Amino acid sequence: MFEKGKLEQLKKSKSDWNEGKVEKTLSKFPERKQQFVTGSNEKVDRLYSPEEVGDLDYERDLGFPGEYPFTRGVQPTMYRGKFWTMRQYAGFATAEESNKRYKYLLEQGQTGLSVAFDLPTQIGYDSDHQLSEGEVGKVGVAIDSLKDMEILFDGIPLDKVSTSMTINAPASVLLAMYIAVGEKQGVSSDQLRGTIQNDILKEYIARGTYIFPTAPSMRLITDIFEFCSKDVPNWNTISISGYHIREAGSSAIQEVAFTLANGIAYVEAAVKAGLDVDTFAPRLSFFFNAHNDLLEEVAKFRAARRLWAKIMKERFDAKSPKSMQLKFHTQTGGSTLTAQQPENNIVRVAIQTLAAVLGGTQSLHTNSKDEALALPTEDSVRVALRTQQIVAHESGVAETIDPLAGSYYVESLTNSIEAGAMAYIEKIDLLGGAPEAIEKGYIQKEIMDSSYEYQKQVESNERIVVGMNKFQIKEEAPKGLLRVDPTVGELQKQKIRNIKAERNNTVVEEKLAKLKVAAEGTENLMPYIIDAVKEYATLGEICGVLREVFGEYQQSVIL
Amino acid sequence: MARPIRVLVAKPGLDGHDRGAKVIARALRDAGMEVIYTGLRQTPEQIVQAAIQEDVDVVALSILSGAHNHLLPKVVDLLKSEEVYDDMLVIGGGVIPDEDIQGLKESGLAGIFTPGTPTQVTIDFIKENLKREL
Repeated sequence: MFEKGKLEQLKKSKSDWNEGKVEKTLSKFPERKQQFVTGSNEKVDRLYSPEEVGDLDYERDLGFPGEYPFTRGVQPTMYRGKFWTMRQYAGFATAEESNKRYKYLLEQGQTGLSVAFDLPTQIGYDSDHQLSEGEVGKVGVAIDSLKDMEILFDGIPLDKVSTSMTINAPASVLLAMYIAVGEKQGVSSDQLRGTIQNDILKEYIARGTYIFPTAPSMRLITDIFEFCSKDVPNWNTISISGYHIREAGSSAIQEVAFTLANGIAYVEAAVKAGLDVDTFAPRLSFFFNAHNDLLEEVAKFRAARRLWAKIMKERFDAKSPKSMQLKFHTQTGGSTLTAQQPENNIVRVAIQTLAAVLGGTQSLHTNSKDEALALPTEDSVRVALRTQQIVAHESGVAETIDPLAGSYYVESLTNSIEAGAMAYIEKIDLLGGAPEAIEKGYIQKEIMDSSYEYQKQVESNERIVVGMNKFQIKEEAPKGLLRVDPTVGELQKQKIRNIKAERNNTVVEEKLAKLKVAAEGTENLMPYIIDAVKEYATLGEICGVLREVFGEYQQSVIL
Repeated sequence: MARPIRVLVAKPGLDGHDRGAKVIARALRDAGMEVIYTGLRQTPEQIVQAAIQEDVDVVALSILSGAHNHLLPKVVDLLKSEEVYDDMLVIGGGVIPDEDIQGLKESGLAGIFTPGTPTQVTIDFIKENLKREL
């Protein structure tokens, strides 16, 4: 992008400036620190100029929005066409309670739903299971059978909203229930729009809600890819998630690297199962974090887009441009929130919102100020949603596409994040791919090292977290936090008893037996799971059958 | 010289948030303690079994699922019925609202450490409150 001769001249002028003006100033006024680093501990130079991005070739490296390598965005008009989807992750207690919260959010101008399930649901246990004691309805809504799902979406037309479900190990079961609810509303499966997270590899790495071992888990995932490519064509079949990897303490580079390495593993598994890459790759989606280092985060999103496009084109020989587009959801960084002076979190979330939008996200969840303390209240969720609306309508950053492109610093960061992530991916390839690298504990160890380093920096005050290790005040305990009614567990148990009394248990047994046979073989399991949920077989019963056949994942404990 | 302090870092409940548990485990180890980490999804029974088997001085429970009022006292009760509670210091950490802390202390947890607590605070607390001599 820059002429050779001019670059040489510039290099000289820059070094003159450094040795002259800068040195002189430094001798009187030293800089605040010896070394400056990003939020992810990457070195930051004093000044960026064309010198740092001298090799940049506009058409090759950036291109135009909607065109390969998609660095500047996946759509040709981005937010000038429509804003990102504002999607607040929500769900707690019972389906009845959560249904009320969804209707409230839709009334407030939210444009998509995002369902949080409680931990027993995420791990495939019914509310009456012994391990569910104390956990029912706590971090999300409890779903035991199709009955709960019908209540959850009561009065919400599934052909009008898009729904994201944070569900992984039992993703097939929840998707089956969603399809069944659609059918009852008269909405056919090809009209359904939404996403299931369905990303088991990051569960092993960072999030922890796994059930089955790697191989059968990968099979369940490819079954979904195949089934949806025919029957639910507008559904995003996976949301390959860096969010939780970052929350576990990774750096920005590691977030991109490990997420795309997982993505590679899913594509490989599906190709190996005989699927044509261009039939399923357009429905892959991603999920990233947005932390406080604004420009590093923007560069991260741009780097991830460019790298994925190259991987799909060069490594997997994808032909459709849609297969090369990295579309992603963003959530602001939960681990950046402080329990101290929680109002400050509103400001952090605003910065992170800017990062996501300037980075070209397709949808966004903004965290609420009280989330380091408890689940958010309705009031604090509203402020979080308003933050997005202010950025959309008032900040001006959505009026033109990828406005930070061409910034010497942002382009340089984009290059270095891409290169750093690629180096990790090559290392993971050498270890035999992401599933192997996870098995060996390599990825977990890398994240753990970054996380511990960060903690030490905070404790030595090398890194300042406002209100936590500097600018503290004496505070009263916050009031009015959301509490989940402790009787939820009992309510759910009663519902299960009712379901089991009302349904045709003989048919349920038959459907479960058929599912078992199919699981022992190689057939696609989705149709069997759909048949079972329609008869009100519970989530725990279905996962129980699969546990019997597949066994359970054994975590390797890495410190 | 006295032997090192032995700590069991355990995760009761079903949540997978183990960043805090791992950070505290490493920090205690760097402070010279011997640390055993159980991994995720441990039942109170499993935790108490591990504590007895490893003959620890400290049981440190990390939980972010919201089920703390249910699970943490259960660990204490089991330690009592196994007659090892008098030897073991039991502490907890995680996303635990202030208003729950008093109740947890009354049920037998010696200290509760919430987000933002420097690891040194926990280390000092352990050293000052051990129940048996090293």
